[in-house]
Amino acid sequence: MAKQAAIELKNITKTFGKVVANKNVSLTAYRGEILSILGENGSGKTTLMNMISGIYFPDEGQIYVDGKEAVIASPKDAFNYKIGMIHQHFKLVDVFTAAENIVLGIKDGKYNLKKSTEKIREICDKFGFDLDPEKKIYTMSVSEKQTVEIVKVLYRGADILILDEPTAVLTPQEIQKLFDVLRRMREAGKAIIIITHKLNEVMSLSDRVAVLRKGEYIGSVNTAETTENELTEMMVGKKISLNIERTEPKDTVDRLIVKDLECTDRTGVKLLSDVSFTVRSGEILGVAGIAGSGQRELLESIAGLQKVSSGEITYINPKTGTTENLRDKTPRQIRDLGVRLSFVPEDRLGMGLVANMDITDNMMLRSYRKGKSIFLERKAPKTLAEKIVQDLEVVTPGVSTPVRQLSGGNIQKVLVGREIAASPKVLMVAYPVRGLDINSSYTIYNLLNEQKAKGVAIIFVGEDLDVLTELCDRIMVIGSGRITGIVDGRTATKEELGLLMTKTFDESEGSSNE
Amino acid sequence: MSDKVKTKSSHEPLFHLVKRDDMKWWQAWLVRIAAIVIALLLVGVISMLLTKESFGSIYETMYRGVFGKLETGSTVMLWKFLQKTAILLGLSLAVTPAFKMKFWNCGAEGQALVGGLASMICMIELGDKLPYPVLLLVIILTSILAGAVWGVIPAIFKAQYNTNETLFTLMMNYVATQIIKYYLYIEGGGSNKINPVPYGNLPNIGDNKYALNVIIVLVITILMYIYMNYSKQGYEISVVGESQNTARYIGINVKKVVIRTMIVSGALCGIVGMLLVSGTNHSIDPNTVGGQGFTAIMVSWLGQFNPFIMVIMSALVIFLNLGSAKVADTCGLNSSFADITVGIVILFVVGCEFFIRYSIKFRHSKKEGKV
Repeated sequence: MAKQAAIELKNITKTFGKVVANKNVSLTAYRGEILSILGENGSGKTTLMNMISGIYFPDEGQIYVDGKEAVIASPKDAFNYKIGMIHQHFKLVDVFTAAENIVLGIKDGKYNLKKSTEKIREICDKFGFDLDPEKKIYTMSVSEKQTVEIVKVLYRGADILILDEPTAVLTPQEIQKLFDVLRRMREAGKAIIIITHKLNEVMSLSDRVAVLRKGEYIGSVNTAETTENELTEMMVGKKISLNIERTEPKDTVDRLIVKDLECTDRTGVKLLSDVSFTVRSGEILGVAGIAGSGQRELLESIAGLQKVSSGEITYINPKTGTTENLRDKTPRQIRDLGVRLSFVPEDRLGMGLVANMDITDNMMLRSYRKGKSIFLERKAPKTLAEKIVQDLEVVTPGVSTPVRQLSGGNIQKVLVGREIAASPKVLMVAYPVRGLDINSSYTIYNLLNEQKAKGVAIIFVGEDLDVLTELCDRIMVIGSGRITGIVDGRTATKEELGLLMTKTFDESEGSSNE
Repeated sequence: MSDKVKTKSSHEPLFHLVKRDDMKWWQAWLVRIAAIVIALLLVGVISMLLTKESFGSIYETMYRGVFGKLETGSTVMLWKFLQKTAILLGLSLAVTPAFKMKFWNCGAEGQALVGGLASMICMIELGDKLPYPVLLLVIILTSILAGAVWGVIPAIFKAQYNTNETLFTLMMNYVATQIIKYYLYIEGGGSNKINPVPYGNLPNIGDNKYALNVIIVLVITILMYIYMNYSKQGYEISVVGESQNTARYIGINVKKVVIRTMIVSGALCGIVGMLLVSGTNHSIDPNTVGGQGFTAIMVSWLGQFNPFIMVIMSALVIFLNLGSAKVADTCGLNSSFADITVGIVILFVVGCEFFIRYSIKFRHSKKEGKV
């Protein structure tokens, strides 16, 4: 059977101010096919898909659905054309059930939840979804919520499905399940477009890959006829080595010992329990886990930002050999003790930096207190800012540009640069390459390796298991606020980590699981 | 499933808005000045329609209402204008650190009133007991203290219990007003009024009663600029205002900064209250501040928290207020006329920011593209 074009884009251009998000993109998706849109962050994948789903309207160019020209000016129009998009961030009402969320906003006469539930069950059976329509959203795991989103667009009759980075929040096992469902939908003749920047997923799932680079359409290839290296080259525009360097740790000594750490939130739910581990100098300790398993609380308790209900956090001073207990100390007290602790938090602009301040003033965050004068000293921070801009190749008009105007990768370079400039003995980084393009990611990996060579003890909280297994010396897995295992980074497999991530404890409070 | 797709269900959007970062600072200022000019012209046209006077004569009336007869050497009106501007500017400066910290201090009115009340009490109770320089010092210190206390109470509750500072500061205004009414009742005898007290008045410069007020506020303007931009405390205020998470992350004690900043804000309001009572009226009543504490919030925002721009903004607001009051008076309009003119100008000044931040792009005509 000849391939039937489901949706066709012709010469689509979209600009935001001076930024050209998409330039003259022409692209076709066929029925009964899974098409991957591959590109680095900021290459315009999501913008392009948002135009198909009616969130943006193209500045120039046309969209054809089933060969007919379509004007998609709102998500409602998109729905009329049977286009459904599953966004990266779910848009669900927490206190409603799955079924209620699915029928929400549909105007087709009577509201009959029973009938709708039946229809939802039919859809689930047809494609093999594992979903209880009567379950409330807030009791669901991330993967279940995603299922609700997918069923929601299917319920509305979508036969062109767009998924924006659907695997970012899933475990390897959940990813497999999702892929099975997507394959079944392909068999049913739907056109499926998935946006991703993960090459291994592209290779295992899709039939065809379309590559975008800096807003332009580079070309598309059949997955069967390409390799990961070829795709990377299309994506980045030059050959790039995909191997992360990992050196043997040298002269490791214990630097930070966490023992029986426990944290609870305001309502008494345990965020962390029985967490014990040791961080050694000259070593990268990876932390893996499903998003929200307690990674943030763990780092923030060490940094003095999270109240700890019991346990100990001991820092061993490399110069004197004395130990300091960091528990119940504020970040300032920790610094005053001479503990050289740097922290690159997950929320870069909301915590690590001040978005509206320029690079110099952001450098000052760490150092402004120095000296007895009541006035600020901007000379040293400015020199530091200039040095970081130069050393880390930060793309910016100057050091007096507000950091919010920089791109994600450059923002991260500024933040990591500042934290490393404090010559830390312990460096904690949370999702340091999230949202970064390949080149910037490698810059960050290299910086971490440099610090490791200098004998810094590094805690690396990551989400990409490929990166964790390639970069880290040891990997600690955290699930529901508990440590489910610490494995050797050189021998660990992704499947092993995935199982540890979802491992539950019999005596666990069940607050997170049911 | 039917393949029938609904045909063109909607029209293409005609234009879209685009964020712009590329406007030069002088272009932005041209836009702002143009906005003010257009607003003033519009004010003139509306006044013409309302009063049937000629365009020129309306502006002349306005000018006379503000500056009087400058050409004859009479500077009485000019100094009144400067005095009013100084008071408004002083209150705007006072609320600025709080606003920069995103602490919505709507209590400048009350903080200035209690500052003024402190001055009043000192003038009455200690006026004939202390030597003049000591008396002045006591007046200044007590009014600073009173304003600071009035400002710090909501701050402490905000820091400790996360209460809503907008409501809290607003309610503190009512408390201040009632206290003053009570004071007038016990002090003023049956008249509920205090006659000007001859003790503890700020000194005149030459024979000018207002010059010292204006000078004090100008000094505060410069100090505030330095404080906000070059001091460590000012930096901490900016960080707390931008993101409390970042502040905590770098070890700033957020509660301490909130409380300290409100002490500064309240203390400055207290000084303004002192300028009003000891420096101007030599008496007090619940309308001494006259709503300027609220206008100050607007001036602070219009000046984008920059003390020097706030000088211009407070002068503009006072000019319009006095000028339109004169127009209303001469042409038999009621007092709302001043509110209308100020409203028009503010609308334009705020509205033009939209055009500085966004540009409007029309969609290119959609012909069959170059395939």
